[in-house]
Amino acid sequence: MLHDMKPEDIVGDYQEITLNLFGNITRRILYTQIETPYPDGKLIVSTTDINGIITHVNKSFVEMSGYTEEELINAPHSILRHPDMPSAAFKDLWDTIQRGNKWQGYVKNLRKDGGYYWVKATVIPNVRNGKVTGYTSVRRKPSRTQVEECIKLYPTLF
Amino acid sequence: MSNVFTISPDFSPDHISGWYIFNTWLQKQTGEAIHLEMYDDFHSQREAIKNDKIDLIYANPFDAAMLVREKGFLPLVKPAGRADEAIIAVNANNPVEDVAHLSPGIRVAVTEDPDVHLMGMIMLEPGDLDAGNVETQVYDTYVLVAKHLLRGDADVGIFLAEAYDDLSNIIKSQLKVLVRSQISVIHHSLMIGPKLADRRDEIKSLLIDMSQDDKGKDVLKGLGFDAWMDVEDEEMEFMIDLMDTLNT
Repeated sequence: MLHDMKPEDIVGDYQEITLNLFGNITRRILYTQIETPYPDGKLIVSTTDINGIITHVNKSFVEMSGYTEEELINAPHSILRHPDMPSAAFKDLWDTIQRGNKWQGYVKNLRKDGGYYWVKATVIPNVRNGKVTGYTSVRRKPSRTQVEECIKLYPTLF
Repeated sequence: MSNVFTISPDFSPDHISGWYIFNTWLQKQTGEAIHLEMYDDFHSQREAIKNDKIDLIYANPFDAAMLVREKGFLPLVKPAGRADEAIIAVNANNPVEDVAHLSPGIRVAVTEDPDVHLMGMIMLEPGDLDAGNVETQVYDTYVLVAKHLLRGDADVGIFLAEAYDDLSNIIKSQLKVLVRSQISVIHHSLMIGPKLADRRDEIKSLLIDMSQDDKGKDVLKGLGFDAWMDVEDEEMEFMIDLMDTLNT
């Protein structure tokens, strides 16, 4: 279940947009221009089931997303979807991992408070007894050069 | 026929006798003949694993995927409260305060320790650095990594955090930590091979209970930690998946 974002959760001036997400979900997004820098030395780790529903998050995920663990578990991973991210990036992600391959890319993630943070994300299928049981996503600190390139590139992909 | 036990070549030299004592304890408790075989480097240890010469291993997380997925090893236990973390350090006189300010072409001093090297290289990525644009210098020990930083022969050192913390205060006062990883879920594990697999649950219980009696406690002290903790199959699979995402 994914709720619309609430004005009382947002820190700072915000814009509003409605996004159509994977699984026929529509979500009212409130977003600001406030960036939270990626913390040095940490990895953000989460696991989802095969439908992209979150089954595990680590402490860094909770801290950076601004949500509680309870809010994240059983929520679609698209809870982090930022309106500046082109849907083509996520189509590529799903196509890649559903073929059983590893996906890597730079992603602008949305926080509960409307702010954002950039990550270098790697997603792999979890293969157990020969079957894909879910996906693990590991995010690390991106290089600023790569982020600057994405800031230029992504608006051209809409 | 005797079983062969080996430990990851990145063990601290202070604990070498501790591992021999642990092996004696293990033989007594299990009634199995177990020979402890030490390898000087990861290459020769991996050769032995590939040739099915190993039955028990205290393994580096980097090798866990190969052990589980190619050789049918299963996890037993891990040291309590001891995750592997990495540190990026420079000479204290180096004006750089952030990895992002390091430049391509720098000389990076490392050991052969594969998981620490991997974590360290990931922490250099925010500076647009990778194996292709740095000069990697491999040394036998972390003390040598520190020495080369102090001498100015290397610009950056990648350390196992525990090894860095164990350096003398005099050395540490001349170094500067740029980043310390806080990953928490990458750890060495004691793993059991197919030949002993039918005794897995029993051996696992013996190891977990080891900290309950005085003799066991003494043996553990010699290894540098207080207790063994259970590692479930899924925890190991999770760590293997995690290492896989990092190794890209």
